[in-house]
Amino acid sequence: MSAILLIEQVLNGLQFGVMLFLMAAGLTLIFGVMGLINLAHGSLYMVGAFAAAFAAAATGSFALALVAALSAAALAGVLIEVAVIRRLYDAPHLDQVLATFALILMFSEGTRWVFGSFPLYLDIPDALSGPVTLPGGIQYPLYRLALIGVGLVVAAGLWWLTQRTRLGMQIRAGKDDREMIAALGVDISKLYTLVFALGAALAGLAGALVGAIQSVQVGMGEPVLILAFVTIVIGGIGSIKGAFIGALLVGLTDTLGGIFLPLVLSVAMAPEAAAQTGAALASMLIYILMGAVLVWKPTGLFGGARPA
Amino acid sequence: MKHLLLATAACAIGATAAMADVKVGMITTLSGGGAGLGIDVRDGFMLAIEQSGRDDIEVVIEDDQRKPDIAVQLADRMIQSEEVDVLTGIIWSNLAMAVVPSATAQGKFYLSPNAGPSQLAGRGCHPNYFNVAWQNDNLHEAAGAYASEVGYSNSFILAPNYPAGQDALTGYKRLFEGDIAQETFTQLGQTDYAAEIAAIRASDADSVYFFLPGGMGISFLKQYADSGVDKPVIGPAFSFDQGILQAVGDAALGVTNTSQWSKDLDNAANQAFVESFVAEYDRLPSLYASQGFDTANLLISAMEKADVSDQDAFRAALEEADFDSVRGDFRFGSNHHPIQTIYAREVIEEDGVYTNRIIGTALEDHADVYAAECNM
Repeated sequence: MSAILLIEQVLNGLQFGVMLFLMAAGLTLIFGVMGLINLAHGSLYMVGAFAAAFAAAATGSFALALVAALSAAALAGVLIEVAVIRRLYDAPHLDQVLATFALILMFSEGTRWVFGSFPLYLDIPDALSGPVTLPGGIQYPLYRLALIGVGLVVAAGLWWLTQRTRLGMQIRAGKDDREMIAALGVDISKLYTLVFALGAALAGLAGALVGAIQSVQVGMGEPVLILAFVTIVIGGIGSIKGAFIGALLVGLTDTLGGIFLPLVLSVAMAPEAAAQTGAALASMLIYILMGAVLVWKPTGLFGGARPA
Repeated sequence: MKHLLLATAACAIGATAAMADVKVGMITTLSGGGAGLGIDVRDGFMLAIEQSGRDDIEVVIEDDQRKPDIAVQLADRMIQSEEVDVLTGIIWSNLAMAVVPSATAQGKFYLSPNAGPSQLAGRGCHPNYFNVAWQNDNLHEAAGAYASEVGYSNSFILAPNYPAGQDALTGYKRLFEGDIAQETFTQLGQTDYAAEIAAIRASDADSVYFFLPGGMGISFLKQYADSGVDKPVIGPAFSFDQGILQAVGDAALGVTNTSQWSKDLDNAANQAFVESFVAEYDRLPSLYASQGFDTANLLISAMEKADVSDQDAFRAALEEADFDSVRGDFRFGSNHHPIQTIYAREVIEEDGVYTNRIIGTALEDHADVYAAECNM
């Protein structure tokens, strides 16, 4: 294992982490501020990817594709907030899970109805394709570096929004005490719609950015959704900072674990068995990480005290 | 389209008119992530039935959603209340393992248009089970043989960590004469292969073999092409079928893959099939569609010789495989799995559509290794 390979794998872990953060940030805002478990968050990711693929095919421009992804996902977010989610804020979590699970099925079959069952094509823009050579002779895909950059910019923007603006103050206040902030004259229902749209747009952005290097297909959101839930549980529900740290932890653990566990095991086992056992163990690592964090801090790293 | 009763009047052959109707239960994946495969099998199958012009075949089609429990429920219902004679359609090996043994034990015929798990080819073989596609290992064995033939001597191999993935790497190693640089199991459904690609870059392999069906293969190929690693890649046809290639785009161009069928196979049955499939569905057929088409034609050929209620005669008629396969020569081995030629293809762009072209033969008249374990 050379140093170059190690650095490359750390970059891979970071890139995976920041994309996970885009998903987790929206999820943690919605879960933390509104107390809503939104299983359909993965569908918004899929909506973003499909909108981007459609716009890229129609216009040939990746920038327009990103705009399309952001607006389509935000629009879909506003629609489902007004039509469905709004009725669920006071409902028990089980009702929320059932209703948002139904939304997953509707989004999936609706997307299949419109776009068909075969995966769509969405590619990296020419300006960002191919590898670049980093200091030390590391070859790394430029697009993945760009993803890391976009993720960090969004993280900084979200931090500024929640900590330095009036809207952010209302969001944080709404998380702590929604009756009080409503009594103080803030239109809580408009605030919720806005937060939901913001979370949806971030998921859509992640879907479009990741869709360019993956497969744009029905059901692509659900595996990411599970990881995003793990992330916000590790980071502490409702905390943007927690989602960021949690996402990087999950990204690095998952990537480095998948590489190093088989290598470590191959010291004691036959290569084939080490590869199989290592892969099986690596897929459990993030859940082991989550368990360990929860034992140490039951409300997550930045979760604060559990509300009464 | 739950009940599709095909009533075309043009049934001509006098002998068949006297025989009983055949009811076929098709359980396949029509929704969710793997729906493209099921839809292709269904469309190929129905095309053959339609072309036969027969009005004595009734096909009941149901969606298993790629879930074993649902497939089992559907099979029970088809056997007990629909009283079908023949079952077919299942795409995934884990679903086939849940359905096939109990269906054949209840005296139904099962014609597999896709899944070919080793268990059903070896000790678990059954006189009423016929696989029209391949035994799961076949395309991987062909890839190993072809890699040796073109002179690769050190392969980096990867597949998802589940039974078919393990079988794939075993199959590749069975006929590959070179060394294995590294063997890597990825997670099932994994979408990011940056870590594996970095390991490929760092390894001293001269070739890469991967089995990543469906969306996993799309992700891998796009990321591999963008990474700048230029080691040649080989895969089985599952990552290069007609439904997937358009989503991979340029990243797949020139990649070698192994398949028992290709759209440019030079025989009359295949040319007619490709032409009529495009005319009917306005897209090129995939290998899954070709398997569905062959499955239906096998069934029709048996119906012309025997009555389905006479199980022994019908089974003997199926064993003869007396139909014009779109693969050219086709026959069953002793375990009712195909003995067939497997080709090497490469991905090309043709009139703005990505597709495959045959570049050589990987294995001639190849049978699977499990046949010896089958006693029936």
